[in-house]
Amino acid sequence: MSLISLRDVQFGYGGQPILHDVSLALEQGESLGILGESGSGKSTILRLMLGLARPDQGVVEADGSVLDIRSRPRMQAHRRFVQPVFQDPYTSLDPRMKVRRILTEPHVALDLPGDAGAEAARVLDAVGLPADSLDRYPRAFSGGQRQRIAIARALIARPRVLLADEPVSALDLATKVRVIELLTELARDITLVLVSHDIAIVAALCPRMIVLQQGRIVEGGATRHILRAPQHPYTQRLLASLQHMPEETP
Amino acid sequence: MRRTSLWIGAILVGINVAVALLTLVWLPYDPTAMAGGRLQPPSWAHWAGTDRLGRDYFTQVMIGARIALTVGIGAAALGGLIGTTLGVLSAFAQRGIDDALAATLDILIAFPTLLLAMLVVAASDGASLGTAILAIGIAMSAILARLVRILTKRVLAQDYITAARCSGLGWGRIVLVHVLPNIAPTVLVAIALQFGLAVIAEASLSYLGLGAPPPNASWGQLLQSAQSTVYNAPIGVIAPGLALMALVLGINFLADGLRDLLDPERGAA
Amino acid sequence: MSLLQVENLRVHGPARELVHGISFSVESGERLGLVGESGSGKSLTAMSVVGLLANGLRAEGSVLLDGHQVIGQSDRALVPLRGSVAAVVFQDPRSALDPLMRLGEQLALPIRRRARREGRALDAATLRAEQLRWLDRVSIADPERILRSWPHEVSGGQRQRVAIAMALACGPRLLIADEPTTALDVTTQAEVLDLLDDLARDEGLALLFISHDLPVVARITDRVIVMQHGRAVEEGPVGQVFTRPQDEYTRGLVAAARQLETAVRGMR
Repeated sequence: MSLISLRDVQFGYGGQPILHDVSLALEQGESLGILGESGSGKSTILRLMLGLARPDQGVVEADGSVLDIRSRPRMQAHRRFVQPVFQDPYTSLDPRMKVRRILTEPHVALDLPGDAGAEAARVLDAVGLPADSLDRYPRAFSGGQRQRIAIARALIARPRVLLADEPVSALDLATKVRVIELLTELARDITLVLVSHDIAIVAALCPRMIVLQQGRIVEGGATRHILRAPQHPYTQRLLASLQHMPEETP
Repeated sequence: MRRTSLWIGAILVGINVAVALLTLVWLPYDPTAMAGGRLQPPSWAHWAGTDRLGRDYFTQVMIGARIALTVGIGAAALGGLIGTTLGVLSAFAQRGIDDALAATLDILIAFPTLLLAMLVVAASDGASLGTAILAIGIAMSAILARLVRILTKRVLAQDYITAARCSGLGWGRIVLVHVLPNIAPTVLVAIALQFGLAVIAEASLSYLGLGAPPPNASWGQLLQSAQSTVYNAPIGVIAPGLALMALVLGINFLADGLRDLLDPERGAA
Repeated sequence: MSLLQVENLRVHGPARELVHGISFSVESGERLGLVGESGSGKSLTAMSVVGLLANGLRAEGSVLLDGHQVIGQSDRALVPLRGSVAAVVFQDPRSALDPLMRLGEQLALPIRRRARREGRALDAATLRAEQLRWLDRVSIADPERILRSWPHEVSGGQRQRVAIAMALACGPRLLIADEPTTALDVTTQAEVLDLLDDLARDEGLALLFISHDLPVVARITDRVIVMQHGRAVEEGPVGQVFTRPQDEYTRGLVAAARQLETAVRGMR
């Protein structure tokens, strides 16, 4: 059974179609990369998976049942099942809350088991931040550290699926590599859906991928196959557009 | 710097509040009785001289402090409450309703406070401090609502709001714990500005007989009645003018200092 | 004489020094990359060159642009240098263009300025021809439509092309590009890099290219300066610095960039 699936999903906004006939399935332990450029509809897929929007046609299924975003108990369960991480570490944390409150907020709101304070300490440790971070405001942290806090907040619900929208593209190079390492480690227990415009990030984190162009899936399958032999002209163009480091000369 | 402005503001406003409270229990002279000659210059007996009818002017300025604070606090509380509620609701409203609300607010802002005050007076028993506060508060709420609407929309677009929704928070809790604290610093300063404007607005209403009836004269009324004798007795304009300026300035300093103190992005770590 | 000669440039912020004495030069037709992470001072360095530092920032030292001292000059004195010697392309084409002006009108501004500078009369037909020529120069397929469009009506890539056309129309000899492809999609980025490459070659333009993206810098520049915390930590030919970095910080950057690349390469 798939963790999350979209079946024949259509979605539009203000009369503009954004997604056409999108079908995909996320399998346990097979992190999925959604590769697309701006306007491809990749973030919309995440919003549908999170239950923040409802498809115009088609269905979103999660954890074995159809996601009805108007049902409060169904959504509470869904919140424990999937959690998001966003792109911009500077807008994803409330500047007026200390880290402790940021981390315990979902614990309280989702009525999770265990002691909120202990859980906050657990997730903070899991993302590699010191325990004294709890009493600081977000402004005391760098972009990479903020992104770790955002990941910690997502982990508090012990979700089965982590939805990450360009989680490292706002970060500096060295920080980026370290956050990717963290996500790789987390992906052993949690299945990741990663939305990115960056093939390298998808390649580093996701064994499966789909390529999205203007609201349609143009290619999908095992990441290694697609990178080795892209079938669709658009995927070929994306790969050809990659810039490379100069070859090391012996 | 921010400490300084906080202190200056606190002192100026503090003096005003102290004087206003004092007038409830003690006054140097009976404000309605002739206490000396007409239009006397300042002296030890009469710190701000006397008015056209020979009443002690300092006593009247002291009473004015109470009126100013009452109007300011009343209008700010009313305007702040209505304005914030309307602004937040309108930020959440569907597009059509939001547009309708925005248009209504624009009309209300364009509507002269004076005309509004006359309508309020016509609808009630007659002019009083209460009608003035009501009229000014309603006018203020339209301006604040528009500001709150924009600020709220900006906060709602932040990722931490989406994260909060995914954390299972309802919209009510989101407004309470995320939206209001984040818009508060700016709204607070706007309310302080409006506070000063309210005191001034009350003065113009009083002039037209739409404010508090005598003998509880506001600074605005004092200014207006001293207008004709400004060359013979300039203290009649200077005393209430300075008092008004000190209060408005004090409130603004206080709000500025508080905003910096409340804002973790700017304050000390 | 170098086209650009920077000696011991320091940039002071309100509270502390942000760039601690950097020196370099750019010869005619040369392409220099300034590489660094956020806060390295690379953009401050570039903006100091054209005297475009934000309020509250102050530059010190010497910047000779085509022999003219930039540091300490009034804005008025710098106006003739901007455009005729050096022009700038910014990261975000959305905010670099005036949203309330049609693209054609915006492109006409530098063309008129240049004609005035060179004492040429410019009638409507000539202006039109020049507008079309510059849009053609930046490979815009339907120039007539672009001239009539508002900035929000065209894609990010097209906006950046128009911004580049505006910079070129000034007739500069040095093009300063501050992260010009960072806000663009991957495919558009590749096209804009190709375009800059062609333009630099054909027009004999010198390039000062600022970026945090090592492969992009490798694609477009010959020589590179690596900056960290307001200091130049390493300098040399791109091929050398990116394959045999000497400085510890540079080694970390290069290793990180290669690590990202191996994920893609390993699978191909």
